[in-house]
Amino acid sequence: MKLTQTPSQTVGPYFSYALTSEQYGYDFRSLFGPVLAEPQVAGEHIRLTGRVIYGDGVPVPDAMLEICQANADGRFVASRAEGLASGFRGFGRCGTGTHPARHYWFDTVKPGAAAPGEAPCIDVIVTMRGMLLHAFTRVYFDDEREANARDPVLAALPAERRATLIATREAQPGGVAYRFDIRMQGSKETVFLDL
Amino acid sequence: MPAKPSVAPRDWASQPPYVYPGYKSTVKRGPTRPLLPLKSALVQRNAPVYGHEDIGPLDHDLTRNAARNGAPLGERIVVTGRVLDEDGRPAAHTLVEIWQANAAGRYVHKADQHNAPLDPNFLGAGRCLTDREGRYRFLTIKPGAYPWQNHPNGWRPNHIHFSLFGQHFASRLVTQMYFSGDPLLALDPIYLSAPERGRGRLLSRLNLDVVGEAGFALGFEFDIVLRGPHETPAEA
Ligand SMILES: [Fe+2]
Repeated sequence: MKLTQTPSQTVGPYFSYALTSEQYGYDFRSLFGPVLAEPQVAGEHIRLTGRVIYGDGVPVPDAMLEICQANADGRFVASRAEGLASGFRGFGRCGTGTHPARHYWFDTVKPGAAAPGEAPCIDVIVTMRGMLLHAFTRVYFDDEREANARDPVLAALPAERRATLIATREAQPGGVAYRFDIRMQGSKETVFLDL
Repeated sequence: MPAKPSVAPRDWASQPPYVYPGYKSTVKRGPTRPLLPLKSALVQRNAPVYGHEDIGPLDHDLTRNAARNGAPLGERIVVTGRVLDEDGRPAAHTLVEIWQANAAGRYVHKADQHNAPLDPNFLGAGRCLTDREGRYRFLTIKPGAYPWQNHPNGWRPNHIHFSLFGQHFASRLVTQMYFSGDPLLALDPIYLSAPERGRGRLLSRLNLDVVGEAGFALGFEFDIVLRGPHETPAEA
């Protein structure tokens, strides 16, 4: 006899003092934040940033994103001790409520491909007030053209939808950023994964 | 490292839909296109890593973890239960994070404009790790109901927000725990968005025996069932 899964319910508008407390200035220690990689971590240091956009084209001010990724060698962090020793956490959390333009951001390194034939990518969980259950999506990189062309997840998509999963590289004063907006609906609705 | 078993798919017969018009904000925020299926090999991403060292000694005790000059107002409650997978196996050493309104129905969150008092001795955030049997335990205050703008004179039933990871990136769960018999449940579109088959899982049950000390607190039991494990298809 299988047990029935507990249904998801919305994260609601008031998560930040518990889940993203330090980012929002609450006096409660955060277990996860927007920094995944300390400066000493090997690889190209990048900022992943963008907005979450809903129905009318308005940026969502109360979304929470979580990302999970491999390091520059394509390896996932296997233990807490390894994460502490290397300075690479492999997992981050950021809300869209503290940036004036409602951007999220993660300071990390560009991941390597996690398996042969896969393009480098970052897994994303997005949730917010107004979502009864979170959505999964994935960030690929626009300067990985050849790897993207072979990637099985991207290959399963019609060309016009593929673009919704590809972040755009931008040189910024502080370093390299990849811009990745998530569109919840509309003609450019981001591809969400049945994960 | 041995490969982890994969995680079972979301059970859409017990999970709410992305767009549920009774909860108005879902209409413009929920994805509308079919989800892209992923092959199971791609689903085996790990959950984040953390350990006991990450959890403070009072993180599980919301009656004390933000106390300044006394105890928070409200009914003390113990909330405890087990985190299991669909086969009934415990999810050991998994992170459980909770947040909630105070006894008056007010969140510490700056965006909460409800005209009810804050409690200087209550934050409303807590966390713990499950033990080897998948059991977690919090001591807190029973949260109050609060109004919201979804529909005229709408009130959320008493609830505690829960966030869990389980063993996989895909077993992530964000949910809410309610109290059996709350008359506001029948009027709450968020609770009602869960199909009937899964709805009972959202209700905690009164169990005074879990407290362990007579006359100290009310006890509520709330088990949580995460996705998994996946039955490996023959072609794999
Ligand atoms: Fe709430």
